[in-house]
Order: sequence, then structure tokens, then C-alpha cells
Amino acid sequence: MADRIVDVWGTRTPHERGTEWPTRVDQHLAEGVREEDVERWVPSACVLCSNGCGCDIAVTNGVMVGVRGRATDAVNHGRLGPKGLYGSWAWANSPERLTRPLVRENGRLVESDWETAMGRVVDVSRRLLAEKGPLSHGFYTSGQLFLEEYYTLGVIGKGGLGTPHMDGNTRLCTATSAAAFKESFGTDGQPGTYSDIEHCDAIFLFGHNMAETQTVLWARILDRTRAQDPPKVVCVDPRRTKVAEEAVRTGGVHLAPRVGTNLALMNGLTRELFAHGWVDDQWVEHHTLGADSLRETVEPYTPEEVARVCEVDAEDVRRAARIFGESRRVLSTVLQGFYQSHQATAASVAVNNMHLLRAMIGRPGAGVLQMNGQPTAQNTRECGADGDLPGFRNWDNVDHVRDLAALWNVDELTIPHWAPPTHAMQIFRYAEQGSIGWLWISATNPAVSMPESARIRKILQSRKCFTIVQDLFLTETAEFADVVLPAAGWGEKTGCFTNADRTVHLSRKAVEPPGDARSDLDIFLMYADAMGFTDQDGAPLVKWRSPQEAFDAWRECSRGRPCDYTGLSYEKLSGPSGIPWPCNEDSPEGTERLYADSVFNTAPDQCETYGHDLLTGGTVSPTQYRALAPGGRALLKGAAYEPPHEDTDSDYPLLYSTGRTVYHFHTRTKTARSAKLNRAAPDAWVELSPSDATQLGIDEGDLVRVESPRGAIEVQARIGHVRPGTVFAPFHYGTWDLDEPARAHPSRQANELTMTVWDPVSKQPYFKTAACRVRKIAASGRPAPAPAHTASAPAPTRPPGGEGGADAVTPSREHADAPERPSNPPRSV
Amino acid sequence: MTHLATYVGLLHHSEQALADSLRTVGQGHAQEADVFHVCETLARLSDDHMRSLTPIAHRYGEKHSGEDVEEPERLYADGIGTVREGAVGLLRDLQDLCLLATLVQTSWTVVDQAAQGARDRELLELAQQASAHTSRQLTWLNTRMRAAAPQALLVAP
Repeated sequence: MADRIVDVWGTRTPHERGTEWPTRVDQHLAEGVREEDVERWVPSACVLCSNGCGCDIAVTNGVMVGVRGRATDAVNHGRLGPKGLYGSWAWANSPERLTRPLVRENGRLVESDWETAMGRVVDVSRRLLAEKGPLSHGFYTSGQLFLEEYYTLGVIGKGGLGTPHMDGNTRLCTATSAAAFKESFGTDGQPGTYSDIEHCDAIFLFGHNMAETQTVLWARILDRTRAQDPPKVVCVDPRRTKVAEEAVRTGGVHLAPRVGTNLALMNGLTRELFAHGWVDDQWVEHHTLGADSLRETVEPYTPEEVARVCEVDAEDVRRAARIFGESRRVLSTVLQGFYQSHQATAASVAVNNMHLLRAMIGRPGAGVLQMNGQPTAQNTRECGADGDLPGFRNWDNVDHVRDLAALWNVDELTIPHWAPPTHAMQIFRYAEQGSIGWLWISATNPAVSMPESARIRKILQSRKCFTIVQDLFLTETAEFADVVLPAAGWGEKTGCFTNADRTVHLSRKAVEPPGDARSDLDIFLMYADAMGFTDQDGAPLVKWRSPQEAFDAWRECSRGRPCDYTGLSYEKLSGPSGIPWPCNEDSPEGTERLYADSVFNTAPDQCETYGHDLLTGGTVSPTQYRALAPGGRALLKGAAYEPPHEDTDSDYPLLYSTGRTVYHFHTRTKTARSAKLNRAAPDAWVELSPSDATQLGIDEGDLVRVESPRGAIEVQARIGHVRPGTVFAPFHYGTWDLDEPARAHPSRQANELTMTVWDPVSKQPYFKTAACRVRKIAASGRPAPAPAHTASAPAPTRPPGGEGGADAVTPSREHADAPERPSNPPRSV
Repeated sequence: MTHLATYVGLLHHSEQALADSLRTVGQGHAQEADVFHVCETLARLSDDHMRSLTPIAHRYGEKHSGEDVEEPERLYADGIGTVREGAVGLLRDLQDLCLLATLVQTSWTVVDQAAQGARDRELLELAQQASAHTSRQLTWLNTRMRAAAPQALLVAP
């Protein structure tokens, strides 16, 4: 197979509209392992992005040695991306794995055993419960665990302890997706399906660099755009990404709005739909509420006004709107460029609005994909391990809470429901203030991934809050913990998870976890047992021990809700393909598209929220909502554009935006332990536009200092494809793989600069709203360590400084034959 | 000059007090990032109302407390000069803002009624829009207080 570091999306298999996406099986085995050496192929799905590709894990001698895409799976038709191929299992055999619990003694973490470690967790928990009650407890979990684990955690937190302080790092990546669904359609739940790609005439990607974040889905799009009858692509992104290039190639449009102005652009596109009569008035009349008010809201946003605010060409706005208005089937996708940017929920809701105005929802090719960032984020949302109640229940609906209390057999007052469950940024604020004194962090690394790193480090460092970290490795966050619990990872435990188009996969245990590491489910159960949580009859609150029993319990919790799993079982999920929910008696084989009948989940007894003011986040009361009488109609909601919370000035003249590269996932806990992926993007960098670089006297590869009012980083500069006036930094790089001297250097961590600010509705932090300044520190004589085959490629118009030039950006030879195990990349200084 | 002039003056004063107080509370509790930013957004709504009142004041006049105004001088509320500290302090400051916003809202209600009696379309539109905005301000204040109250009253240091 081709080197998928270079050939990121693999060989094209073009096909015509309306025909099935051809199968192409991708496989990668560890060096020296032949196919006939593989003893077992264990069914699973990939967890290195939200796409959720079906795959099988190769096992030899009790060790994971490879991975192969599943040909029969509806999600990927056999394909896998570079992260899945090279990063799925390389980490598992790392000598750096946590294999024993650690506890803090005299200021240092020392090896311990489960009895001691869990003993401390429970002692502090009991003491705080007695002294201060359940509001002293907080949980910060992940988009990486399995459904069974989230549900168990949700029951422990909401039914056992009774604390509202539980959220996932999904708050950082996908909260806006859920919030936008709830505001428009009444509940969470992806309306569209990936197979809409095969049917559409146009694809709009809003703030979504799919070519790097979901490579297999992008391959699916390329197989249509490279066929005889390609759909037009429209891309909204401040960088000239591969997606943007494809937009230009297909006769679509690349709109690169000034960072922070998405809503102004969306209001302009929406206004064009009204102005040109592209609105399906009859359908809108029958199936939506709020069209008149929306029309009034967007009226001031003429193409010229959008051009002024967003600094784009008015004609491009008109062209993009025309493509949306004149295509018969439009598929839209949305991701972090909207979710992590100013007015996130309002801008994402605007995408839903455009589809509703054109009646483009619930039919083949006409759909919305508000994407997720992580593989199991959908389950964090469904199971109540984030700021929601399990089963998309409405915290403000007494009947929903009562229903849950009956299912768990607990007093309904135990389940906190006076306000929405506490969001992650507020949980950390309570820890900072000292009112949360016990914080359990599982499978996430806030020390690197949360905004304003210095502040988060200070909170984690403070011994005011007893911190438990449960992970595969000693992450930057784990280094601050009071207790560290070693967890089993993917392939080392069994469980289900649901991807961004609602497809549920069962991932079987392939190998044993190392040492004393245990599955997250077992760890949560250990805590529940030790605390002795009981129901109203004195029986154990958590009535399951195995993943399968946990799944069955969850199935009951989902009964009758939009995410109905009652038709699914471990047996049913052992078939050739994943299955999309809802799957129940009415839809025994699952449901490809939601809202095919144009009936939405907005009935007051059904909906997950009564809605919010998109400008402030103020909640609509149950009485106000009932007065609207939405009765299954979707809600069109708009908001005026407001300037971002931090704009440029003479001290900080540039905008700062963080993002991703194709070769890494999150804080590289797994991906940097794959030698291939690590070599492809070994160290941090920042991207500058050629014009800004010229003005600042910066050449390709120069070491630069980037500062915001909150902090600074020093990394090499890539003169690349970012919009003039904007600086782009990848957020993946922390300190765990740096040696001591390198740690003493100025930081390379992108979040040193970001600000503590979040969306008023989704509470998702804004990682793309900050002002910064850049200056040269020194020439390096070599190109930046940025990838060359992606949006991070050097700008073609300006030869990079130093020797070599653009094509010299290849992995250094000394690592070329390195085995697939951890390696510490050199610091870029 | 009618008594409406007195109410134009009262509105001007109370909107100004509300805008100033929102900014004082937002900046005083800047560590609560959402309070900092949303208070500024809400203050801007009040700024807009004050601007919109200018043509109305030209037509009806504007009387302020102390300018022979006998009533309703007791309604003139002082804004929030300094913020209180900590989680409970925030809660009380939000409550104060609620009182100020409620005064603004009832004043708009009274003016709205008068505008109907006077068949003054311009004033009526302004009163209705401003009243809706004041509801948004109050809704957010209530939402924030509800979420903060248990933590502040039960566990805050």
C-alpha cells in the first residue's frame, strides 16, 4: 500500500452520482508482520476521529500488530486514514504506559496499588460529602471512552452522588453541534448521513477542514468531485486548505472571512435566499416557525455589508448563495471553524436555517452534518456524561427527570435539575474558587487542550482541589494529579460507540491491558462499590458488572427517546456493518436519515431544551415555549452579528487561531507514539501569510515569538496559506515528550495564547478569537517542521528562506527506519 | 409639557444606571468570563435605547429629578457603584441588576401605554422593542442566578 503520510487520502475510486461508493480495503501491519502471521482479526471501529470507520484489529501473540478497514461497513467501505492506519495501536505497546496506580507522596507521584489509590479517592470523597455535600464533586471526562462507561459514570454522578458538575472534553469540540441541533430541531441528533455525499449536487463545508480532520469522509467526497458529474464545493475557511482548493477546482467558492465574523457571513447568505425567492415558502409555512423574524434579522446583511465586515468579495457571497439556492440537493458540514469561533451556536444554527428555508433536510443528498470532533463524543452527549441528562432528556422538564428517577429508582431530588448540568469551563472555575474540592478527570488532557494554559495549570497545580487523573499515559495533566489511575485503552476492553452520523459500532477486546491497568468501566464500578451507592430499596445503584450488561441498561434508558437503542444488542452489532440509531421495533435495521417526515422533535413533551436567546444564552421558560406551540415544527432562529470579544489593536495587530493537522489527534497521547505520524509532524509551528511575513521580515523556518495578552510561544514560522492578518497555530503540542532542557525553553503550546471565553449557548470555548503579535527571534536555516502535504504546505508564491526550499520538508533521514514506538522529537530550537 | 416628559427623563436615567451597573458588575467580576462578556453585550442594548430616546425627548421634552419633578423621584435608583466579592457577592450583584432592569421594564410598560393613548407610532415601536430587549436582559440575569445559586449558597468558601 502507498505511504499514506504522503498520499493522505489514498487512491481515487471515482463514481457517478447516485451510485454506491466503491470499496477499497486499507490495511497496515507492523513492520515484519505478514498477513499469514495474524492469528485473529478482532472487530472494532477506529477512534482517531469522529468518522468511526469500521475496522478489524490484527492480533498475534496477544499483541495488537495491525489494523484493516472493514469492506462491509457503511461508514468507510474498507478505508482507513493515516491516523487509523499508523496510530491505532502503536501506543499500546509503549514502555511509557501507565501500568500501576500512582499516588502523591511528599509532593511526588509514586507507584502504588489499587487498594491504596482508590482508598484515597474514596476517603476524600466521603469526607467532602460529609462536610460540603455533593456540589463539592466534579467530573471532567472525554470523547474517547465507550458508551457503557459514560452511562455508568452518568448514573454514578447524577443518581449516586447527585452532582451537576459533570462534563466532557466534548465541550471543547462538539458542544455547539448538540446545541445547534437542540435550538433548531428540539433535540440532539444528526439529521443527515454520510451517504448523502453520493446524492448531493453541492457540498458546503463551514469551518471544516475535512481533508485533515476526517480523511476518509474527504476521500468519499473526492470520489465524487473527481467523477464526471462532480458536486460543486463551497468552503468557508480562513486558510487555503485542500478543501478550499477543491472548491475552486469544482467551480464552487472559497470564502475566507476575517476570523470571528462567521455570523455576519451566514446572515448574508441567508438574506440572499430570501431576496432571490429561493425559500420554499409552502414547506417553511408548514414545517417551521420564525421565518418572518429571521428575515428581519438578516435584512441588514447585504453582500456589500458582508464584504465590509468579513473582508470577502461581495460577488463571492452572491455566488455561494446562488449555489445553495439553485442546487436541488445540498449537503452541509460544520466543524471547529464555526464551533470554536465567535457566536458559534448562532452561526451553526444559521446552517440549519438555510437547509430549513430550502426544505433540504431528511432526503437523499439534502442534509446537514454538524460534525463531532471525537469518536465517542456522541455517546458523551447521549449518556449524560456531559452537560445533558441521559437519553436527551430535558433537565427543565419535570416529567423527564421523574422518568429518569423511576428508571434508577432514586428520589427525583437526587438528580440535579435546577439548571443545566455544569459546563467544563465553569467546573474549572469552581475548582479555581475552591468550591469543587474533588475533580475526577478521565481520558483527557486539559493542561494542554483547554484555553489559557497558564490559568489551567495553576488550577491543576493548586492542592486546594484533590485531582484524580485516569489515563493511558502520564499526560501533562496527570503530572499534576493527586492520584493517577492506569486505564485500558481501545482494543484492551469491550464497548460500543457512536460516530457523527449516529452509526453504532461494537469494539471487542483484542488483547489484555498492560500490568494493573483496568478498563474505565471497571474503575468507575470500583468507586461505586466502595462508596456503596444504593437505590431507594437499598439495592446497588449500579446493577451491572460487564460492558454488555451496561449496554442493556443503557438500552432501557434510551427507550422511546430520539436516540432509541432498544433494537440494538451486542449480537446485532456483531454483523458486517455498524447500525445508525434510532433502532427499535419501528426501524429494526436502524435509521439512515432523521426527519424524513418533516416532523421535528420540538413538541414540548419531547424536546431536550426549551431553547435559548442566541445572543446571551438566557433560557426560554417552559411556559413561553409551550405558548409557541411548536408541535413538531422546526425553529428558525437568528441573531445579529456582534464584534468578537478581542479584536486587533496597535499592540496586538494580528488575529490568532488554533487548529489541527491531519497527522495528530488532540494532544498526541496516541499519535506521537506512532513513529510515522510523529515524523510527519514532529514539532509545533505557526503559519503566517506571505504578506504579513514580508512586513515582519520573517522567512520560512525562522524562530518567532507569538504573544497575546495571556502568554507566548516560540516556534518556527511556516509561510503558508493562512489569510493575511491571521496567525494559525496547531494545538496538539504540549511538553510530555520534551526532555528537561527543552522544557525550560519558552512554550510551544498554542493554548498559552487563547482566552477564557465561551459561547453563550453551547458554552464551547472560543479557541479562534484572540489578538496577537509576532516577531522574529532568529533565523534557523531550515524549513518549519510543518507538514508539506496539507493546508500547512508552504505558500507557492514565495520561496522559503534557508537552504532546500519547500520540497525539503520531508522526514529527516535519521528517523526513517525508526521502529513504531515512542520517540522524542527534537525541539525546534 | 405632559407627564410623559417626566417618564422620558426617568427612562433615560434608569437605562443609564442599568448600562453603567452592567459594566461595573461585568468588569468587577471579570474572572467570571461569561459575566464579563454578556454584561457588556447587555449594556449595549441599553445604550441603543438611550440613543433612540433622543428624538422622543425632542418632541415631548425630558424632565429630570430635581427639575420641579415631584414624582416619581422615589423611583430614581442609584446604580451599582462597587461590586461585592466572591460567589455570593456575584449573586447579590446580579439581584441588584435585576431590580434595576425591572424598573426599566415597568417604565417602558408605562410609556408603551401612553404611546398607545397618544397614537404615537414611533414611540410605540421603540417602547415595544426596548421592552423586549429588557426582557432579554432580565432573562439572562435570571438564568445566571439560577445556575449560580446552589453553589454560592451551599459550598462557596
